[in-house]
Amino acid sequence: MSKTKSWQPKIIAFLCNWCSYAGADLAGISRLQYPPNVRVIRVPCSGRMNPLYIIRALQHGVDGVLVSGCHPGDCHYITGNYYARRKFAIINSLLQYVGIEKGRVHFSWVSASEGGKFAEVIKQVTEDVKKLGPAKKLVKKI
Amino acid sequence: MKDKKIQDIARKLLKEKRVDVVIGFEKGTLPLSATPCFIKNPDEADRLIWNSFCGNNLANYLPKSKDKIGIVAKGCDSRSIVVLIQENQIKREQLYIIGIPCEGMTDKNNVLHDYCLICEHKNPVIYDVLVGEKVKENKAQRHPESLRDTKWQKFEDFEKKSSSDKWKYLESELSKCIRCNACRNACPTCYCKECFIDQEKPRWVGTTNNLSDIIFFHLGRIFHQAGRCTDCGACVRACPMNIDLRQFTQKITKDGKTLFNYETGLDIDVKPPFTTFKEDDTQDFIK
Ligand code: SF4
Ligand code: SF4
Ligand code: SF4
Ligand code: FES
Repeated sequence: MSKTKSWQPKIIAFLCNWCSYAGADLAGISRLQYPPNVRVIRVPCSGRMNPLYIIRALQHGVDGVLVSGCHPGDCHYITGNYYARRKFAIINSLLQYVGIEKGRVHFSWVSASEGGKFAEVIKQVTEDVKKLGPAKKLVKKI
Repeated sequence: MKDKKIQDIARKLLKEKRVDVVIGFEKGTLPLSATPCFIKNPDEADRLIWNSFCGNNLANYLPKSKDKIGIVAKGCDSRSIVVLIQENQIKREQLYIIGIPCEGMTDKNNVLHDYCLICEHKNPVIYDVLVGEKVKENKAQRHPESLRDTKWQKFEDFEKKSSSDKWKYLESELSKCIRCNACRNACPTCYCKECFIDQEKPRWVGTTNNLSDIIFFHLGRIFHQAGRCTDCGACVRACPMNIDLRQFTQKITKDGKTLFNYETGLDIDVKPPFTTFKEDDTQDFIK
């Protein structure tokens, strides 16, 4: 098999341990197919997500970021994702305001039983990021 | 003359030992300038002045102080004081607030700063004594419908630009930054003992003037000011490179208002936007 030379985006997914990470797991054991462009970082809760991690990831040269947690009302720590949602709203809007393209940074709620949704989200995110091409804006060149 | 009244109040407070220090303004070393001063001795109260160069946000000196403090506060200072009380950086009981209805601060050419032009809280929102008559607020002067437009126009126009144009502007402004941190240090709500740009284990942000690091610093700082920035302009005045920081800080202020209906520093008892939530908060950006 010849290696394809076409560019493949690198995407970082910050997944909450209790829902989205388990959802990704389920997608795996259910043998669902989704693009292999995602590298997963597990976080204890979406509320643990420092929004600056998103910027830091883009600085390190990833092409897309996904942050995913439990559905509102389902957070293992009861309200973590409600607080997170506010921070995400502000950072998402700020990033677009300064010129990070819509479609670079994504957020989702995926529960432990939503293996199918997880695969769908990854497909969508990968497609969006592919359309935008490599992320160059924040990359730190030394 | 407001000077005389401020001096009298300060002298009295210090004589009666109701405060340990009065923070206000004195004549600057250059013409057309004023500089913050700390009066501890009642006999020195006559150093205090008030004019249109008293732009510094004196709330900057409050965080974590144990003293009893008399503080001269115009509208924006008073709102920053509210934020600091909300965030447990100072107790209301420690403060004696000498409120001054503000007629706007000017640069050396006697031109009003642009943030003063759109200011909606010229009168202090919290005070123990008021020096002078309350001034008319912008809100009352303008038609409520058009108010939003005037105030936010510059930022709404920016929102409409293309991603690459926005980024170009950000880069062109921030590439001037020399990482002196004056903007952070002048800001009353940047009081962290260890700022994220100084953290070393692990180090987040490079310390050089690498543009990517500069942008990370600023996006981080701006984000940290969500629900806290009062648009006092201290950061802009402090910046030696004349960087248009407000173009970006005002975005989070605007979003705070439109997304969470929150206006910074108006009421000690209202919870800041990131310390609370509503079940039906906006989430149309989440899949
Ligand atoms: S960010 Fe600037 S304008 Fe906002 S409170 Fe701080 S110093 Fe004032
Ligand atoms: S930039 Fe953030 S971490 Fe640094 S002093 Fe300001 S609020 Fe604190
Ligand atoms: S004050 Fe101006 S030059 Fe100094 S760090 Fe802030 S933006 Fe950069
Ligand atoms: S535990 Fe999953 S979002 Fe809080």
